[in-house]
Amino acid sequence: MDLKFSPEDQAFREEVRAFLKEKLPQRLSDKVRKGQHLSKADMEEWHAILHERGWLAPHWPVEHGGTDWSVMQRFIFETEIAMAHAPRVVPFGVSMLGPVLLKYGSEEQKNHWLPRILDGSDWWCQGYSEPGAGSDLASLKTKAVREGDHYIVNGQKTWTTLGQHANMIFCLVRTNSEGKKQEGISFLLIDMNTPGVELRPIKLLDGDYEVNEVFFTDVKVPVENLVGEENKGWTYAKYLLTYERTNIAGVGASMAAFKVLKEAASMQFRNGKPLIEDPRFAARLAQLEIDLENMKTTNLRVLDAAGHGKAPGAESSMLKIRGTEIRQEISDLMRRAAGSYARPFIEASFEEGYNGEPVGPAFAGPVASDYFNYRKLSIFGGSNEVQREIITKSMLGL
Amino acid sequence: MDFSLGTERELLANSLGRYLADKFGSEARLKALASPEGWSREAYDGLVELGAVGAMFTEEAGGYGGSAFDIAVVFGEIGRGLAMGPFLGTLMAGKVLEAAGETAVIEEVVGGEKLLTFAHEPAQGPDGRAAEPVRAEKAGDGYKLTGAKGVVSFADEADLFVVMAGSGTELSTFLVKAGAPGLTVQSYPVVDGGKAGEVVFKDTPAALIGEEAKAAQIVDQAVAAGLVALAWEGYAIMQVLRDKTVEYLRERKQFGIPIGKFQALQHRMGTMALEVEQAHSAAINAAVGLEEGGNAALRAASAAKVTLGKNGSLLAEEAIQMHGGIGMTWEFAVSHYAKRLIMIGHELGDEDYHLQRFIDLGKEEAA
Ligand SMILES: Cc1cc2nc3c(=O)[nH]c(=O)nc-3n(C[C@H](O)[C@H](O)[C@H](O)COP(=O)(O)OP(=O)(O)OC[C@H]3O[C@@H](n4cnc5c(N)ncnc54)[C@H](O)[C@@H]3O)c2cc1C
Repeated sequence: MDLKFSPEDQAFREEVRAFLKEKLPQRLSDKVRKGQHLSKADMEEWHAILHERGWLAPHWPVEHGGTDWSVMQRFIFETEIAMAHAPRVVPFGVSMLGPVLLKYGSEEQKNHWLPRILDGSDWWCQGYSEPGAGSDLASLKTKAVREGDHYIVNGQKTWTTLGQHANMIFCLVRTNSEGKKQEGISFLLIDMNTPGVELRPIKLLDGDYEVNEVFFTDVKVPVENLVGEENKGWTYAKYLLTYERTNIAGVGASMAAFKVLKEAASMQFRNGKPLIEDPRFAARLAQLEIDLENMKTTNLRVLDAAGHGKAPGAESSMLKIRGTEIRQEISDLMRRAAGSYARPFIEASFEEGYNGEPVGPAFAGPVASDYFNYRKLSIFGGSNEVQREIITKSMLGL
Repeated sequence: MDFSLGTERELLANSLGRYLADKFGSEARLKALASPEGWSREAYDGLVELGAVGAMFTEEAGGYGGSAFDIAVVFGEIGRGLAMGPFLGTLMAGKVLEAAGETAVIEEVVGGEKLLTFAHEPAQGPDGRAAEPVRAEKAGDGYKLTGAKGVVSFADEADLFVVMAGSGTELSTFLVKAGAPGLTVQSYPVVDGGKAGEVVFKDTPAALIGEEAKAAQIVDQAVAAGLVALAWEGYAIMQVLRDKTVEYLRERKQFGIPIGKFQALQHRMGTMALEVEQAHSAAINAAVGLEEGGNAALRAASAAKVTLGKNGSLLAEEAIQMHGGIGMTWEFAVSHYAKRLIMIGHELGDEDYHLQRFIDLGKEEAA
């Protein structure tokens, strides 16, 4: 048992740090640190910087533009970029569709779509959920009917994150209504500029706009956009979800957020003392730190097992549950740290270049919005209730 | 033992509740939030007309109620209807005026001619430190105030401020008029709907309320009244969230059955229902304590705030979680109730603060 970084790992960390120091634009890290909104252009800028270095999709094989990093290196990379307040890599292409195409896509599909993910030609979004198919995803109804060398798609997707930036959507569609519902689902790639695709924004509780409804009316999709085999989409969908869950766990992001929380609690005064000296607050902070340290090791163990060829199953659900609980707890303590100053809601201050008169402690601006927005973490990617079901099912065999 | 509120209070509750439901339902509230003003003065005026503010104060002081249970009724309806307005500030500021027999001011507020708020909390700078307490200096017949207060509810809209000056046991309270020289307000919306602002006084003329440096106990009781109000507002919101969640568990189907059939959710729903009842009892205890006054009022108020903080977070978070994605949306009322409930935790001290205060007050009582 040895959890220490090897000299190679240390050298790698230095390399990542040097890269971040040189290449991560201060403008972007400032926005991330302040919790300001990132524009599409901001996200594309950061993707391009990572891509130039060959680090946009480290978990892809080298021949497709990935790396041959060890599990430890990937972990180091993830934490270092989070700790430097780099923008999060948008997961839909790189971490969701990418792995599916690599495992189940045809050579043609890989050669066509993978480079376009890396160079930013395509922005992908995820068309899984429907109004009637959330936790019960397999009951989805959006229909694709084969007509010659096209599918005709009709139906509706919802909660489509960043669909407003996307030109492509990967969808689960129903291609067979008979038999087991899981066995009539296919995985289809749809160009959002095709006639019949319509996007409507959904405003979330924090006042922000990050999800959408997507409507399909007689949308023609070429058959070569079918991934794998018809009616086998459920297998691919589930494979993708294990990646999505591990990604949502966001251990690196939690480490960075925990650091910000500690700084805030040291700076904020409560009853004449730094908040970090308040015994009740300090106890909650300590508990969080303990959970996070445990989580880091759990995460490494899962990555290590995956590195030895063991597909993550229930473990990805565990990571998802505890990872999101930790992130939610951090956002909870952040808002508590702000006291009354969690309440001011100055939307303009979430945008770059805001230079209005500051209100309250410097960290307080986005804390309430973040807290409310992060309620989503225990809902999406398969709710935490559903994850618990997955874990116990895998053990009970009842 | 009598847990009924009495017919008159029930009539008031009904009329406030009906008004809010008819005139200020979910859609009207969203419209008000999106308006340039960010709230609805009209809805506020309507509530004042129906007696929402008058009920907070005694007849001698210019109101027509004033007991803790009158406050309970008013704030219960404010919670149920998610009304926006300076109600909490008006209550606390008015209680300070009431104690000093300043009936003329209260009458103007009860009549709806003037908007009254309470400036009690020190402003905080970007470095997280609280500003110096507001300082009062004698100037001719009156006083001048210098200093800053933070997150003052409806600061920009208010016509009158009751301002707390000095510190510790040497507190004084002053009345300041909007537009007074040296008074500046930086106004902003708040997350839970409505407005607040940072208020700066620079040699601002002010009239002393009551006696100089003798306001500490009066302010304590006024804040206790505020805590009673929040306890009832919070309890009402919890009821709404409980009921909306029960309804959703019945009606939303996944895997071919209502999600309320899943035991994982049933047990949590049971816990939610239990915690709502506990919050109700805490609100009753706080109101009874306020009627008693003194240390009992403060201790029961802190107990209610601790309960409200813990149980309120639970209700807000569980309601959103059990609604899934829908619970996260702006258009759907659950999220707005949840936001107000969570933000109540950010008014008048959070549960950690009140837990400590409860301990300290207990020691005082024992000593
Ligand atoms: C901000 C946000 C972004 C999203 N982005 C995307 C996206 O980009 N693409 C996409 O396809 N989807 C996305 N989603 C959708 C997300 O995956 C769904 O919201 C999620 O699967 C839950 O479905 P639902 O909202 O319909 O809730 P429901 O499934 O209706 O669940 C309601 C409640 O019931 C519980 N429940 C359901 N079944 C059970 C059970 N068997 N046992 C116990 N409890 C149960 C749930 O856990 C939840 O608490 C997003 C959602 C949000 C909120």
